[in-house]
Amino acid sequence: MVAGLLLGGFYAAVSLGVSLIFGLLDIANIAQPAFVILGSYAAYVMNRSFGLDAILTGLLFTPVFYVLGAVVYRLYYESFERRGEESLRGLVFFFGVLFIIEVSLSLKYGVDYRLVEAAYIGKSIDLGGVGIAFRLLVPCLVGLAMTLALHLFLSRTFYGRAVMAVSQDRLALRLMGADPVRIKTIAFGVGIAAASLAGALLITIAPVVPSTDRDYIGRMFAITVLGGMGSIAGTLVAAVILGVAESLMSTFFGPSWSLAVSFGILLVALAVRPAGLLGR
Amino acid sequence: MKPQRIRRWALTGGVIGALVLAGLGAPTARAAEPIRIGFGMALTGGLSANGKPALLAVQIWKDDVNKRGGLLGRPVELVYYDDQTNPATVPGIYTKLLDVDKVDLVISGYGTNLIAPLMPIAMERKLTIMGMFGLANNEKYQYPNYFQIQPAGPDPQTSTAIGFFELAAKQTPRPQTVAIVGADAEYPQNALVGARELIKKFGFKTVYDRTYPPSTVDYTPIVRAIKATNADIVFVASYPPDSVGMLRAAHEVGLQPKIFGGGMVGLQFTSVMTSMGPMLNGVVNYDFWAPEPTMLAFPGIKEFLKEYQARAEKAGVDPLGYYLPPYSYALVQVLGQAVEATKSLDQQKLADYLRATEFNTVVGKVKFGKNGEWAKGRTLMVQYQKVHGTGIDQFRGPGKKVVLYPEELKSGAIVYPYSAAKN
Repeated sequence: MVAGLLLGGFYAAVSLGVSLIFGLLDIANIAQPAFVILGSYAAYVMNRSFGLDAILTGLLFTPVFYVLGAVVYRLYYESFERRGEESLRGLVFFFGVLFIIEVSLSLKYGVDYRLVEAAYIGKSIDLGGVGIAFRLLVPCLVGLAMTLALHLFLSRTFYGRAVMAVSQDRLALRLMGADPVRIKTIAFGVGIAAASLAGALLITIAPVVPSTDRDYIGRMFAITVLGGMGSIAGTLVAAVILGVAESLMSTFFGPSWSLAVSFGILLVALAVRPAGLLGR
Repeated sequence: MKPQRIRRWALTGGVIGALVLAGLGAPTARAAEPIRIGFGMALTGGLSANGKPALLAVQIWKDDVNKRGGLLGRPVELVYYDDQTNPATVPGIYTKLLDVDKVDLVISGYGTNLIAPLMPIAMERKLTIMGMFGLANNEKYQYPNYFQIQPAGPDPQTSTAIGFFELAAKQTPRPQTVAIVGADAEYPQNALVGARELIKKFGFKTVYDRTYPPSTVDYTPIVRAIKATNADIVFVASYPPDSVGMLRAAHEVGLQPKIFGGGMVGLQFTSVMTSMGPMLNGVVNYDFWAPEPTMLAFPGIKEFLKEYQARAEKAGVDPLGYYLPPYSYALVQVLGQAVEATKSLDQQKLADYLRATEFNTVVGKVKFGKNGEWAKGRTLMVQYQKVHGTGIDQFRGPGKKVVLYPEELKSGAIVYPYSAAKN
């Protein structure tokens, strides 16, 4: 149970970017997991070369990823969205981005499994008879912090509210004198910046190769949809549900069922509540 | 395979075969031309972490041979393509190698899944085919001209686990209960089948037997469930990410069986070893090569490793090269020796010689037996001992990966139980 909660916190961190970009902006950015892996490699390189902590690196790299995200969005906007060709061609575009990132990482760093070192990896604390691994606890806490930060950003700041607005009614926003493209660029950048941190968390938990992203595509989108498109709190709830379901299944009924049950929950939830758990 | 497909294969193979035969008119006229060896190799995709080092090993062999004047007085040339770890590319690659590039000899790419699609082609064209680390590829075909270099031996299914359970059975106090766990994927499933057979053979009692999906992120629930069974022996059949996950979780949860490890792929890789460091201590795991005196005694191995390690960084591959590369080198070494001895590139003559001969290679004496596997299996069991920190240099020398099995290659004693070696 506790392991599931921890895992859920981490899943939330990984899915936040998708929730923002896919859920709110309605851009099917399937390259998001590749950006997460890019974040993992940034953490790996800084950890190996300078002994910098992975999560600290993740935080330091958020501006870089923000700029990267903004550039990618501009490219996407100029080439597809502006011409109203975003749906299918946009999907292909992000598929391309995914492969480019993957192959570039393969070429530069090879395909060996990469890990980072940190003092807390491999240690655990005992809380009321339950050993909690720091390797999972730290990413979970960071994930929660990220969720909270993003939630506050969206609900309290001007730009955050503008992002919410652009997801609801683009035209109305334009009539209010705000530029939807600029707002979307910012939101996209924030989503990719979240990937930087998520990547750092990922490599703290498990070893990473350039193709690890494919393991996460399904989970990330499932969590976003289950939580309700664009609902940050929903993402957290869905992530925790999936994490707990996976852990409980692994412990009590055999791990081979864990993924099937997670996605089973998604199917049931969508049948009962098509908008997602906390969707509008 | 569906009969229709077989027929199509037969037809294509037949047509192409006839074309090749027609083109074999004057082989002797090309005496000064290079001998071309063709293969596909996983240079990208899931198996490229092994495919690229394997390629480097084959290239080193080629350079060594050419320095000595080539084979049959002709230089050796390699023709290879990236199979992208995708079995679907294999038929196309080998058809091109044989029909367009007109290579003289072919070897397989790395790994069971990439050898499987090559088997029908080899059989259609009656090729002598060298397999690089395929598990039981020839079990069903029983094609006589297939030779495989992974030292799994005549019974590949139990080969990974046999040393592990033999060692366990010898310890005092004798362990009684076993937990086995592995990924839902081909190799782990095979290894688990073998493990179950051996558990029965040695009379242990199974208290946990489960599999998990390969994309599992958190392994602590699994390890916790195993810990609750209090098993004496924990046998794990896993791929690299899960090996790391299981090992970390075992430390976090405080798993303390008497013997732990078995079939964990990945712990052999330098990048993993240098990241896991002391967490490896005590793990008893399968391996194929370790820098122990017993393994370094074979002729040519030191020179090969020196050359490999010098070139590894530039090639961007595993810097030590202790797992697969010596065997990749041995594979072409065997083929080269067969060509020299038969003074021929005739596929059948080569196969007959390969079947009958014991070869001296950098990994020791190699003799092929049933189904083209090693006549006698030689999968090592090693135990990680006295690993301090995560420096790479400690793994270059002996003493960190002590060979426990088989007896004739043993380089040290097991530390038992697991907890005694753990810290």
